[in-house]
Amino acid sequence: MTVATARTTTVEVRLPSRLGFEKVAMSTAASVAKLMGFREERIEDLKTAIAEACINAIEHGNRLNEKLSVGVTLSAGTDALEVKVMDDGKGFKATPHKPDIDKKMHGEEDPRGMGMFLIQALVDEAEWVVGANGKGSYVRLVIRLDKEEP
Amino acid sequence: MQTETKSKIDTTTTSSGNPVTVLRFEGDISSSSKDAVIGTYQSLSKATVKTVLLDFTKVEYINSSGIALVIQLLMEAANSGQKVLAFGLSPHFQKVFTMVGITKYAGLFPDQATALATV
Repeated sequence: MTVATARTTTVEVRLPSRLGFEKVAMSTAASVAKLMGFREERIEDLKTAIAEACINAIEHGNRLNEKLSVGVTLSAGTDALEVKVMDDGKGFKATPHKPDIDKKMHGEEDPRGMGMFLIQALVDEAEWVVGANGKGSYVRLVIRLDKEEP
Repeated sequence: MQTETKSKIDTTTTSSGNPVTVLRFEGDISSSSKDAVIGTYQSLSKATVKTVLLDFTKVEYINSSGIALVIQLLMEAANSGQKVLAFGLSPHFQKVFTMVGITKYAGLFPDQATALATV
């Protein structure tokens, strides 16, 4: 679905809560970012950030319940792309932490758990919002067009 | 929906004639890739294989669960005294691997020849 206003164009995608479908959001976001004039390097950053956000929503938010869907909204403005990835989970207030490779290599830290770190590191803004009434949480990402980009 | 991960074991030699094992991956590397990544690595002889090259040339997508499998492989290799080098990652995934610190335990190279030259 596409909604255009004077200043932003919005594209919405709904994904089943099944791993692998994050790639649908990745390719949709890449198409929108390309139309906006993002450099290939930034499009790759965006794809990884959205993939990780969708995987978190599928695995942790919706707990792989295929009756629930993950909503992805891409709002293309004049100088930035805002992405919201929404699920039916309670959300969480955790702060992304930089993975400690030495601890991981020594079994002192789970080898997994890098998704939030990658999201925050690859986009310009990342915000985890806990939904009201313990439902409808989302992560909001913003990636800006660089000044030298067309 | 997740693309299957294919893996293949090859053997090559350095310019000085030392054997080197190459694990070649193809497709996506994600949470469903454990057999292809860890299983294939564990099928190698720890007694005879001293250097392992990881070939990501034909890998299109790696997510954080896939990176975790690579870290698990590196852990097992370190515990077995094996050296691991990786090549063929796209510039984006070279950046991601560097961000999470993998480069501390596995050198990243653009291609097989460059990686082999350091063995």
